[in-house]
Amino acid sequence: MKRFKGLRLACLLLGFGFLYLPILSVIVYSFNESRLVTVWSGWSTKWYGALLENQQLLGAAWLSVKIGALTATLAVVLGTLAAYSLVRFKHLKGQPQFELSTAAPLVMPEIIIGLASLLLFVSMEKLFGWPAGRGQTTIVIAHTVFAMAYVTVVVRSRLAHVDSSIEEAALDLGARPVTVFFTVTLPTIAPAIIAGWLLAFTLSIDDLVVASFTSGPGSTTLPMVVYSSVRLGVSPEINALATVMITLVSVLVLIAGLVLARSREK
Amino acid sequence: MTSFRLGQNAWTAVSGLVRSPWMVAIWPWLFIAIFFLTPFLFVIKISLSEAAFAQPPYLDVVRSVSDGLVEIKLNFGSYLLLFDDSLYLSAIWNSVKTALISTALCVLIGYPLAYSIATSPAHWRVPLIMFVMLPFWTSFLIRVYAWMGILKTNGLLNNVLMGLGIVDAPLEIMHTQVAVYIGIVYSYLPFFVLPLYATLVRLDTTLLEAAADLGAGPATQFVTVTLPQSVPGLMAGAMLVFIPVMGEFVIPDLLGGPDTLMIGNVMWTEFFSNKDWPVASALALVLLTLLILPFVLLRYFERRSELEDPNEAV
Repeated sequence: MKRFKGLRLACLLLGFGFLYLPILSVIVYSFNESRLVTVWSGWSTKWYGALLENQQLLGAAWLSVKIGALTATLAVVLGTLAAYSLVRFKHLKGQPQFELSTAAPLVMPEIIIGLASLLLFVSMEKLFGWPAGRGQTTIVIAHTVFAMAYVTVVVRSRLAHVDSSIEEAALDLGARPVTVFFTVTLPTIAPAIIAGWLLAFTLSIDDLVVASFTSGPGSTTLPMVVYSSVRLGVSPEINALATVMITLVSVLVLIAGLVLARSREK
Repeated sequence: MTSFRLGQNAWTAVSGLVRSPWMVAIWPWLFIAIFFLTPFLFVIKISLSEAAFAQPPYLDVVRSVSDGLVEIKLNFGSYLLLFDDSLYLSAIWNSVKTALISTALCVLIGYPLAYSIATSPAHWRVPLIMFVMLPFWTSFLIRVYAWMGILKTNGLLNNVLMGLGIVDAPLEIMHTQVAVYIGIVYSYLPFFVLPLYATLVRLDTTLLEAAADLGAGPATQFVTVTLPQSVPGLMAGAMLVFIPVMGEFVIPDLLGGPDTLMIGNVMWTEFFSNKDWPVASALALVLLTLLILPFVLLRYFERRSELEDPNEAV
């Protein structure tokens, strides 16, 4: 393998150059003074100031965070239950069909999930009067459909590696199944649940397509605002917004990585 | 005393239900059944209805004509239109072509990257794979937007190329199919690299040593040992790129031009601009069929090879 050290280094440099050059260019241009995004005219932080004054963007960001938090919480509860029943009750009737249905949203194109969800909500409204119109609730439900599938995968792989003998011991000592779940199972799968929550949150606040289908007037999420301003003509504030988001996410991912590495060392 | 007994019976019944596996499985199952599976029935139903200037913009398939009389009217017009109008056919063809070529490009770029990471010293692997995933965590839209700044006529790439004297006139990449490929490969590369890396890192290295001892050169070792073993990861990664790209909407919309329309773009226009929900639903079902077909064929050929050679199946 030694002979290929140079080649391997070249592959890594090219691969990571391709992945990070666009991101670096956005960060550098966010400090550009000029209104024209590609003409460099000196350093400035004025677009960050403009960002703080853009009420439409801030409102959309807040709505996205709320939807993301609700989606992640709902997805974690349902995804953990799904993972638990898939790992622990393998012989339950209909389990193969259930497994397929929990995994299907992973590979379903977003545009189909978006369209199908909207048609369901419209038909439900006609039949039962709920949900009345589209907005935060319908976006959360539609986001939970695909976010839950990711949580199920993450929690399931952790559960499969958990030794069930401790749970059985607790049951033998007379603990009720619910107690066992909360005192034994839950703490051992907590890292996977946290990872699943963060993944679901990220997927939700990043989603444009499903949210566009299931939102109503007055419920514009951050990606929808970014998309329309990018389409209408590039506004330099987007570079600043991108840089803020990249920094926040990088810090969170690095912290999560360090925590996971620490827990592995123990 | 009776009321106490009754209470206790009820409690036993409740705790029995709670102990039953069904109490755990039922909630996610119900959620998926209501919000993921039934919507497809509505997609089928609306694809068979007629478009109308109404709210919602379609006529119901089942209509009550008079007291107790129900009329069912199926309209296959939306499907006929799809195969009649060259706009839809070219969008469908363009989606298949774009997805195939993008997947191939991801293999070409992603395989060397995944292989290099998997063969790196152990303490480097986790940080390296984390850095592959980091762009995935940052906004998808913003990464596509970054390419708009790089690829446009007076963008970063052309400025650099012209500054270095490599080209005289700016390259027209933005709003072409090439820009769409760049955007797609860039966005989906992490999805390909991750499962492939997971397979490559668990590779049985003793087989490589055995091959080397038997005199196989590095190229032969790779083709006969590494490549066949990495097929599961390769297939998983290729599927994770091919399927979502087929339904892609944002990248061809922002980086592509009028001749790079894909199924997603046409669906979007039919739904939001033309308000033709039946045609949009029919397109969604065509897309779904195109995605399910490879799976069914794969299963069919797997079954057949199992039947032909029962020993191999075991």
